[in-house]
Order: sequence, then structure tokens, then C-alpha cells
Amino acid sequence: MREYTERIREAAKRLLSEQRVDTVIGFRRGTVPFMNEPFLVKSVDQVDQLYWDSNCGINLANYLPKRTDRVAVVAKGCDSRNIVVHLLENQIKRDQLYILGAPCRGMVDKRRMMADLKGKEPLHAEENGKEIKVSGRGFQVTFDRQTYLQSNCAICTHRNPVVYDELLGDPVEEQQGVDRYPDVRRIEAMSVDERWRYFQELIAPCIRCYACRNACPLCYCPTCFVDESRPQWVGKTIDPTDTLTFHFLRAYHVAGRCTDCGSCERACPVGIEVRKFTKKLEKEVKELYGYEAGVTPDQRPPLDTFKPGDPEPFIK
Amino acid sequence: MSDIYISRGKFPEIIGQLMARYRVYAPVLKGEYHEFAKIEKTEEADLGYQNTRLSPKGLFHPHAERMFEYSLVKDDPQAGILKEAPKDFSPRVVLGIRPCDAKAFQLDDVNFDTTAYQDPWWVRRRQTTTLIGLACNEPCGTCFCTSLGTGPFDTAGLDVLLVDTGEGYTAQVLTQKGKDVVGITSGWESVSRTVSEKMEGLRKSAEDSLGRQFDFDPIKQKDMLELFNASFWDEVQFACINCGTCTFLCPTCWCFDIQDEVWGDKGDRIRLWDSCMFPLFTFHGSGHNPRSQKLQRVRQRFMHKLKYYPDKYHNGAACVGCGRCVKFCPVNIDIREVVRRMSATCVCPA
Repeated sequence: MREYTERIREAAKRLLSEQRVDTVIGFRRGTVPFMNEPFLVKSVDQVDQLYWDSNCGINLANYLPKRTDRVAVVAKGCDSRNIVVHLLENQIKRDQLYILGAPCRGMVDKRRMMADLKGKEPLHAEENGKEIKVSGRGFQVTFDRQTYLQSNCAICTHRNPVVYDELLGDPVEEQQGVDRYPDVRRIEAMSVDERWRYFQELIAPCIRCYACRNACPLCYCPTCFVDESRPQWVGKTIDPTDTLTFHFLRAYHVAGRCTDCGSCERACPVGIEVRKFTKKLEKEVKELYGYEAGVTPDQRPPLDTFKPGDPEPFIK
Repeated sequence: MSDIYISRGKFPEIIGQLMARYRVYAPVLKGEYHEFAKIEKTEEADLGYQNTRLSPKGLFHPHAERMFEYSLVKDDPQAGILKEAPKDFSPRVVLGIRPCDAKAFQLDDVNFDTTAYQDPWWVRRRQTTTLIGLACNEPCGTCFCTSLGTGPFDTAGLDVLLVDTGEGYTAQVLTQKGKDVVGITSGWESVSRTVSEKMEGLRKSAEDSLGRQFDFDPIKQKDMLELFNASFWDEVQFACINCGTCTFLCPTCWCFDIQDEVWGDKGDRIRLWDSCMFPLFTFHGSGHNPRSQKLQRVRQRFMHKLKYYPDKYHNGAACVGCGRCVKFCPVNIDIREVVRRMSATCVCPA
């Protein structure tokens, strides 16, 4: 990870001083353990703030739509797939972008480490290859990085950027034989009543802060359906009907576009596994159209195109 | 009234005595975090907690509150007339609230309880609620209460302050309400010298662990427009995704929206938490939005807490340093860093 930090800084310095780009989007080191801050570098003297470690789970493709400058962006496998989606949806132009591809071994799950600390507060965290050393008042714990990967990273099959201008390191081995959907199948196997209860319990803590939506690179609509006010479409209370409407509709809006980057789940302040919704639709799109979002820059998303050869078994 | 003491073993009896006379709200572990909830059994109260994920402001200013209800039945002479929705104002004790969160209610009072306007529900809930606080022996790494004029043992917003001294709790009774509540409980002893010394030691170590993390005073002296137009906002706002996490978790963010919801021929008028982070917050009926840009919204939140509020009320910052926004901001925007930038004497690049 330290090598990436050095390479990002080197590339940013080079690109800015050669005037290849106007700005660089990366991360700077966070002020609290397991957190880093998305950061826009505008000049060479800010370059040394750029930083990389296993806490860069926020998807930087989220910061690209509507940019008018020439921008370099650090992109993990998932971020690069979201860049592809942006390109397909005309949210940014390829010639504006300089993609610093970051072959990725996965980001770590803050929430699971916190849970295993059982109330002890981490004050420092230092990463050392395969281990994360965490310390606080009167304790020191070592976490195995691989064991504490974000759940989306643990089942990721696109760790290497699919589009880039230069790579920050050698490509990493892709994970083989991954079963991406055991949890979705469990939900599918439930009875209708069980499933309804499951969804209601899943979203019960939701406070309608929209962190999941706003952390998502796909949610760039000028006005989200929940924010329509003339007339209003969706109630704004924390009544389960309103809240489920928001989560279900959001999931449908990202069907065939979601790259399972996990930003939504990472951003949620109350720990809701919002990917349970999006993964179901990812699975459907894969089964119905054989399509994975953001992998092929020249293939339009299945829900905004028509092909006579689509399997379409749902049309009887 | 001098301080009193009760052993840990006997404390559940005190909670039981309170529950016999009051609705008792206490920190309860629900899922992965604590929240204030009405307890039905003494053992539900978990005073070993660090702090609740959401601030306890919802006890006085609920996320979604039915204010009025009305009928839309044709020919009903009462149709369209707003009637106050029934609410429970019976006496209530909030047990184990942190001093910072209690102090926050005082900062919020300037909005809900003024000489010109009294928000009836906020005011009545404040009147009928007794706050039994619990001092913070071990503040979090994200806490900064002592840098904003409150502290881990601050009594300012409380009726009673409990201190966990290991084998038991000491209680400092601070107001008449506190006296009344403690008056109905029994089993207390006087505080021994050892316990008293231990309590002082805990206070000192808690306060020392927090230190003074920044100097807020220069912001008060600074010209408002100089801060408003400062160049650093551009850097502060970049990462922000404009979600409502900071405002919804914050104990001093009080803004709300009012909506009518109709179901068949019945309607409710509801008051809902709103957030200055949302574009809709300032969206005019005309279609114009005076804060259409993210920078404007991010700046508003910090300026309101750290400049407009102090200038208007001369009451310090509208922030008690609970650190929730620091801990849970998905993109690590840290208000402590923002205060440092706002209070720095020169904002120009070197």
C-alpha cells in the first residue's frame, strides 16, 4: 500500500507539472482510524497529501460527473467500472480523464473490526502488508487483512481496472470460483411473508439520510425521485412504507449499472446491508442478459438498449 | 444537597423505583449500537455504553412527529380543522444521558423556547423530563467537548449527574427537578472520602485526556464575511456527498420541514427532521434555490454552528463536541479541522 501512495504522488506530480491534467482526485489520510478523505489536488504543492491504504473504499467515480476540467483519478477495479458506466451514460468524456489504475486486493470493513473490538475504541491503526495493527487505551489487536475485507471485496471478480491510462502496480490475480450470490439465494428461498419481514427488519434502522444514495456514482440524477416536490412522489417519514419505497426504487434504478463497489454500505451510518437489494438485481441482469456492469466500454447497459438475441425468458 | 452514593449492586433498585413513578428512558443496545429507548425492565438500561449512535434529540424533537390530524370527510362539520395529535407528556426520566448531549438541549432551547415563540411540544417535554446524566470517564478519541466550553463532567444541562466510580455511582443533585426525582428513591448512602477522591481523579483524567484541541475564540472575533468568502471552503467541501448523516446524528441540528400526509379521508400534519445538506432544504416555490451548490450547503452547516449562532446568541458554538459527525461522516469531513481552518489567523496560502 505504501508503494501505491508513492506512485500516486509521483504520477500526480508528473501529470500536474507536465500540464497533462488540471486536477487529481485521490484520497488523503483520514483523521480517524479506518477512514480516508476523498481529496482534490489542484497544485503540485498539495501532492504529498495524497495517500493510499485499505480504507479507500469510497468510490471516486462519484466525483466525476459534471466536471469540466482535465482530471486524473485513482481508480480501483470497481471505480474503473463505474467510470465505464459514466462514459456509456455520457457523464464524462474519456479524453478529459487520466485514469490511474489501482489493481486492488480489497478494502477493509471498518464495521466488522469495530464489532470485534467489542466497544474498545481504536485510536491508531497501521497497516503492514497482510496485517492491520490497531491500538487504543490499554490494548493492541492485530487483524488479518484478508479476513476483514469488505464483503463486496471478498467476492470481487474485477480487482484490476478495466480501463486506465497507467497502472500503479502489477495486475493482481483475479479471484476464481467465487460464488457471488449465496445470500441472495437465501432470500429468494424465503416465503413471501418471511421475505417481507426480512426486508422490513433490514431497513428498520434507516434514518433517510441518503448516504447510500449519495455515495453511489450512479445516483447523479439532477433531482432524485425522493426529492421531487412538485408534486411530491414519496413520503419523507421513517414509516416502513416510505423507507422501503426509497430502497426498492433506488435498487431498481441501479439495476444493470451497479458494480457492487460497496460504497453505499460503507457510507451507511446505521449499518444497513443495502447491497442485499442491489445484488439481487445484479444477479437478475446477469442471468437475463449475461451482462456485468462497467466491464465492456463498447457495450451499452441492457436496460437502455434492445438486442434481438436477448434471452428474455420472462416474456411469455 | 451534598453528593450521595449507591453501590453497583443496589443501583437496579433505584432504576426500579424510578420506573414505578416515571417513564424511564435509558441507553439500550439495539443491533450494533445504543439508542435511548423506554425501558420496561431495569436490566435493559446499559450504562456501560460509550454513547448512542444518534443523539437523544429525538426524545424532544422526534424524527417524524404527528403534530395535528384532520378529517376530510365531506359534510363533516369538523372537516379540515386541525386537531392536536395526542401525545404523552407524563413525567419522564432520561437516565444516563451524557453531559454533552444534555448541554445540547440548552443550546437548542434558543430556537424552540423564546420570548416570542414557544414550541409547545419541545417546551412541555423539557418541562416534564428530568435529565439524570452520566459523566464520561473515558471520552472517545473523536470527542472535543472541553474545547467548546463543556466537558465530560459538565453539569450545566443536567438535573442530576451520576459518576460511575467502579463499585458504585455517586449522584450530584443539581436542580429542584433532580431533588424531586432522587427524593422518591431510597438506598443512597453518603459519599466516603475514598469515593470522593476517586471521583475527582476520574474527572481529572477524563478532562486531561481531551485537552484543548483547538482555540475557538478567534472565530468570534473574525469578520463574518471574511469567513464566508474564505477560500478554504472549496477544499472542505470537495469530499462531501451531501447526505444527512452529520445533521441527523447531531444533537444541535434542529431544522425541520412540515408536511401534510393524506390517507383516504384522513390527514396528518407531520414535522420531519430536515437537513441543510439537502438541496431541497432551500428550494423555493419559484424554482430558485439560493443554496444550489454543494459548497454553499457545506459552508452553511459550519457557519451556522460556529459563526452565526455564536454571533446571534452570544452563547458559544452550536456544537458540544460529541464527535458523532466526525465518527460517522462517510467521507471523513472532520469539524475539528474546519474549526482550525476557520480560526487560523491567516487563510491565505503561504
